[in-house]
Amino acid sequence: MAEPILRLESLRKNFGGLRVTDGVSLEIQLGEVHAIIGPNGAGKTTLLNEISGLVPVDAGHIRFEAKDITRTPAHRRARLGIARSFQITSIIPGFSVQENVTLAVQARMGSSFRFLWPAARERRLEEAAEDALEQVGLSVRARQPAGTLSHGEKRSLELAIALALQPKLLLLDEPMAGTGRGEGEQLIETLRTLKGRFTFLLVEHDMRAVFALADRITVLVYGRVIAAGTPGEIRANAEVRNAYLGEEAA
Amino acid sequence: MTEPKSSARDRLAITLPLALLIVLALVPLLAHYLPGERYVIGLFARVMIFAIAAISLDLILGYGGLVSFGHAAFLGLGAYAVGILAAHGITDAAVVLPAALAAAALFALATGAIAMRTRGVYFIMITLAFGQMAYYTATSLSQYGGDDGLRLAARSAVLGLPLLADPRGFYYAVLVVLAVVYLFCRRVVASRFGRVLRAARENPVRTETMGYNIHAFRLTAYVISGCICAIAGFLLANQNSFVSPAYMSWQRSGELIVMVILGGMGSLHGAVLGSLVYLLLEELLSGFTEHWKVIFGPLLVLVVLFARGGLMGLFGGGRRG
Repeated sequence: MAEPILRLESLRKNFGGLRVTDGVSLEIQLGEVHAIIGPNGAGKTTLLNEISGLVPVDAGHIRFEAKDITRTPAHRRARLGIARSFQITSIIPGFSVQENVTLAVQARMGSSFRFLWPAARERRLEEAAEDALEQVGLSVRARQPAGTLSHGEKRSLELAIALALQPKLLLLDEPMAGTGRGEGEQLIETLRTLKGRFTFLLVEHDMRAVFALADRITVLVYGRVIAAGTPGEIRANAEVRNAYLGEEAA
Repeated sequence: MTEPKSSARDRLAITLPLALLIVLALVPLLAHYLPGERYVIGLFARVMIFAIAAISLDLILGYGGLVSFGHAAFLGLGAYAVGILAAHGITDAAVVLPAALAAAALFALATGAIAMRTRGVYFIMITLAFGQMAYYTATSLSQYGGDDGLRLAARSAVLGLPLLADPRGFYYAVLVVLAVVYLFCRRVVASRFGRVLRAARENPVRTETMGYNIHAFRLTAYVISGCICAIAGFLLANQNSFVSPAYMSWQRSGELIVMVILGGMGSLHGAVLGSLVYLLLEELLSGFTEHWKVIFGPLLVLVVLFARGGLMGLFGGGRRG
């Protein structure tokens, strides 16, 4: 098998006496959609925070494209090509929808230590931002302040921001959270069209989304990997059923 | 649906600074017909000098979300560059001003690198601490007047010419500096750099995870801000022909914050408006009573309570929250 784009090796993290990440090892191949599922408090979001550099790990290694990034600061990991969305919507509310995305485009196009040229007049940035908004269907909202969007639209904006970064690996933390049924279907559809073009690590509670999108699934319970495999294998795994899926998948 | 409001704000962003500029440009002409011409010109020159300092603070406070409670240190650094160099016979702005900028940049880099490690109330405390260090250092400079400060024999020359000596000449020089500083900051906040700075104020984690080293952006803004404030200090020393540690007192830092908040932060011209209103009110009220702050305090409370976004908010142009 090819060298995985992301490899976690025995990651450990304690919050006080609580083991939130307990020897997690995991590999993600280029181009796959890898889902992490597990009950509340399983340490899924913490794991994403560790990968994106917001939470330092106590032990273990994180390798991205074979490079050890365990101690690399968050902004530099983003530059290497790891983008993420947040479980609790994280946008710049005072910026227009467009400028939120333009900010992301700007992060990968040239230096941002430019002091005197009006950024709003840079067509190159604006066009790339418009493309990303188009992909998630938010073009009509481009001029609106981001803070005034509906919840589902904010989730889409987060996705547009992540896409605009053109990452090699995209970490999505519960993109479906709080979306209505219609919005949710639409989001799954959007993600499906992006499959293959990006590598995704998806944390999600919504099993429709997980089984519709994932190539492989890792099940996390109390900070430990209790199972990993294809959607079919996970669905058939008795331990996973007991621990998590329960009657929902039965 | 928010379009009309934001375009009203855009219009205000042109008309208000223009109106302020015109009024300030006319002051010396109008003062000619008033009693105490020199006094009026001096007062408004002082307003503009503090406006420059307040703009510099607004750059990091309003756009960067960094509440610097030690900004007067930069005012003092600029002033002491004038005083100390004058004591050694160097009085030309071509030397003094670069020296003031260099001193401010170094001080901002050193203290900022440490202060940026903290956020919120700790940032306020640490900038206050550095401001006080600068203040006490100034009081201990016994060869440069110590507590008493030091008097300048003459204002700085500009490339050998006594351009600042005449009150009107000085006034218009300050006006030009104010206009240049204002336009410079306008460009900075609208630039790529300014966009990142504004984003980091609203959502630092999001900005960081987009790939921006927000410490580097904030520190750079802090250095720019400090340098601009040092220019104000350079002008203040020249106006008063006097330099003293009082320029660096923490009360002075507080006044700068009040000016920015009073005018409305995050607009730059709000800072100009704030220093204008603050200093004119101070002048007016202190004419009635020496306890003028008893009146000024409640006024300030009213502005904060009822005009969120400061005086700019009253015009519908301030930033909320």
